[in-house]
Amino acid sequence: MAYFLFRRTLGFVLTLLAVSVVVFAVMNILPGDPALTILGLDATEDALAALREQLGLNDPLLSRYFSWIGNALTGDFGISHSFRVPVSELIAERLPMTLSLAVAGMIFTVILALIMGIGAAANHRKAGDWGVMFLSQLGIAVPAFWLSMLLVLLFAVKLRWLPPGGFPGWSDPIAAMRALILPTVALGLVQSSVLARVTRSSALEVMRQDFIRTARATGFSRQRVLWRHVLPNALVPIVTIVGMQFAALVTGTIVIENVFYLPGLGRLIFQSIANRDLPTVQALVMLFAAIVVTANFIVDLLYVVIDPRLKARA
Amino acid sequence: MKRLPVNLLIGAALVLLVIGAAALSLIWTPHDYTEMNIRGKFGPPSELHWLGTDQLGRDVVSQLMAAARNSMAVALAAVLIGGSIGTALGLLASAIGGWVEDLVMRIADIGFAFPALLFAIMLAAVFGPSLTNAILAISFINIPVFARVARASANQIWTREYVTAAQAAGLTRAAISRDHILPNIAAPIIVQATIEFAVAILAEAALSYLGLGAQPPAPSWGRMLSEAQTLMYLAPQLAIYPGLCIVTAVLGFGLLGDGLRDVTDPRLVRER
Repeated sequence: MAYFLFRRTLGFVLTLLAVSVVVFAVMNILPGDPALTILGLDATEDALAALREQLGLNDPLLSRYFSWIGNALTGDFGISHSFRVPVSELIAERLPMTLSLAVAGMIFTVILALIMGIGAAANHRKAGDWGVMFLSQLGIAVPAFWLSMLLVLLFAVKLRWLPPGGFPGWSDPIAAMRALILPTVALGLVQSSVLARVTRSSALEVMRQDFIRTARATGFSRQRVLWRHVLPNALVPIVTIVGMQFAALVTGTIVIENVFYLPGLGRLIFQSIANRDLPTVQALVMLFAAIVVTANFIVDLLYVVIDPRLKARA
Repeated sequence: MKRLPVNLLIGAALVLLVIGAAALSLIWTPHDYTEMNIRGKFGPPSELHWLGTDQLGRDVVSQLMAAARNSMAVALAAVLIGGSIGTALGLLASAIGGWVEDLVMRIADIGFAFPALLFAIMLAAVFGPSLTNAILAISFINIPVFARVARASANQIWTREYVTAAQAAGLTRAAISRDHILPNIAAPIIVQATIEFAVAILAEAALSYLGLGAQPPAPSWGRMLSEAQTLMYLAPQLAIYPGLCIVTAVLGFGLLGDGLRDVTDPRLVRER
C-alpha cells in the first residue's frame, strides 16, 4: 500500500513538473520576445527594455523557469501586467466564483446521471431506457455554450424567470443563487449525459451477477437492491469518469463564465488574452492544468478506497 | 448479409448531409455569404432567403453552408495532423517497447492534462487568436488519443504468428510496423478518427465562439452563435440555426464512429 501511494504520488509530482515545463516553454520560448508580445510593435525601445527587466527576461531561461516555479509554490505568480496587482490577488478574488460553479455543476451532474443511469438500467430495453440513451446521445452532441444560449432564450428572454447573465455578488445570496442556476444546468447537463451512459452500462453489468439475483430472491425490494447493492458495486467506472469530468467541468467553467458574464477565472483568462497579459495567462493555464492533473490523481487514490480488492493488485 | 447497425445508418446519413452541404458550398450557395444588405436585415424566412437574413442582411443559409465547409476543413486538418503523429508515436512505442514505450506513453499522459481550450488559450495569448492556432490546438490534443489507441492495438498484433514469421524472415521492426502492423490496426484508428472528427467539430465551434478560432469575416457556426448572442432579444432565431448545424454534424460523426466500431469489432457489441 505504501509503495502504491509512493508510486502514484511520484507520478503525480512528475506530471505536474512536466506540465509546468510545457506551459513555461509555450509562453516563454514561442513568442520570441514576450516583452514585444505584451507591448506590441509600436512600443519604444526604452519601454521594452524596462519591461524585459521587470519580467526578468534578461536572466537565463532555466533560472527564469526555476524562479517561476519556486515562486508559484509559495503562491507568488508575479505581477499582472494589465491589472497592476499581484496575479495571486486576482486569482484569490475570482477562484470562489469558479469553484462554486464547478462544484454546483458536479453535484447536479452526479445526481442527474445516477438517476438517469440507474433508471435506464432498471428499465433495460424498455421505453425509459431508450429515452435516456437517446437524450444522452443528443447531450454529448450539444455544445455547452449553445445549450446556455437556449436556456437563456427560454428562461430569461421568453419567460423572464431568471437573469440572462452577470453576477450580483454574494451579499444578496438569493440573487446570487438565481444567477448561478442557468450556468450550473448548462455546465452539468452535457456532462451528465456522458456519466449517465457509463452508470447505465456499469449497472447492467452488475445486475447480471449472481449476488443480485440472490438479493432479489431473499426478498429485498427492487429499489433497495438497485440503490444498495447494484450502485455501490457499479461505482468504480463511475468514479473514474467523475474524476475526468471534474477536470472537464473546471475547464468548462471557462466557456460558461464567458457565456454568462460571470466574474471568475475563465473571464479573467479572456480579459488577460485581450490585454496580452502573459504572466496572468501563464499562471491561469498552469492552475487549470494542475487542477486537471490533481483530479486524475485523486481518482487513482479513490479506486483503492472504493474497491479494496484493487489494493492487492496495486 | 447482416443488417447494418441503426447508428451507423443514421450517422452516415447525417454525415452525408453535412459533407454534401459543405461540398455544394464550394460551387454554389443561394447567395454570396458575405453580401450585405442593411435594409434587408433580420429578414424573415422567404422564397429568396430560406432562413431569413442576419443583422447585416446576409443570407443565413449561405452562411451556414460556408461555415459547414470551414468546420469540415478544420476537423479534417486537425484529425489528419494529430492522427498521423499520434499513430506514428504509438507504432514506434509498440515496435521498440521498453523505456521508449514508457516514455511515449508518459508524454501522452501529460498531453491529456491539456484540454484543447487551454492549449488554444496559450497560443492565442502568444500569437493572437487565429483559425490556424485553433487547428494546432485541436491537432495537439489528438496526438495522445491516437498514440494510445495505436499502441494498444499494435501490441496485440505484435504477438501474432505472422509477425513472428516476418521477424524470423529478417524484416526490420520499421518494415514490419509499416507492412504488417499498420494495415491491421487501421480499423480501430479509423473508428477513433471518426469519433475525434466529432470532437474536433465541437472544439472548433467552441473556440470560434470564444473568439479564439475563425476570425471575421470567415464563416463559422461558433462565430455566428457568438454574434447572435448579443442579439438574442432582437433576433432569437439567429441563435438557433448554427447550433442545430453543430449538433447535426457532431451527432452524425459520433453515431457513424460508434456504428463503425460495432461493425469492425464485434467483440465490443454486448448487450447495449
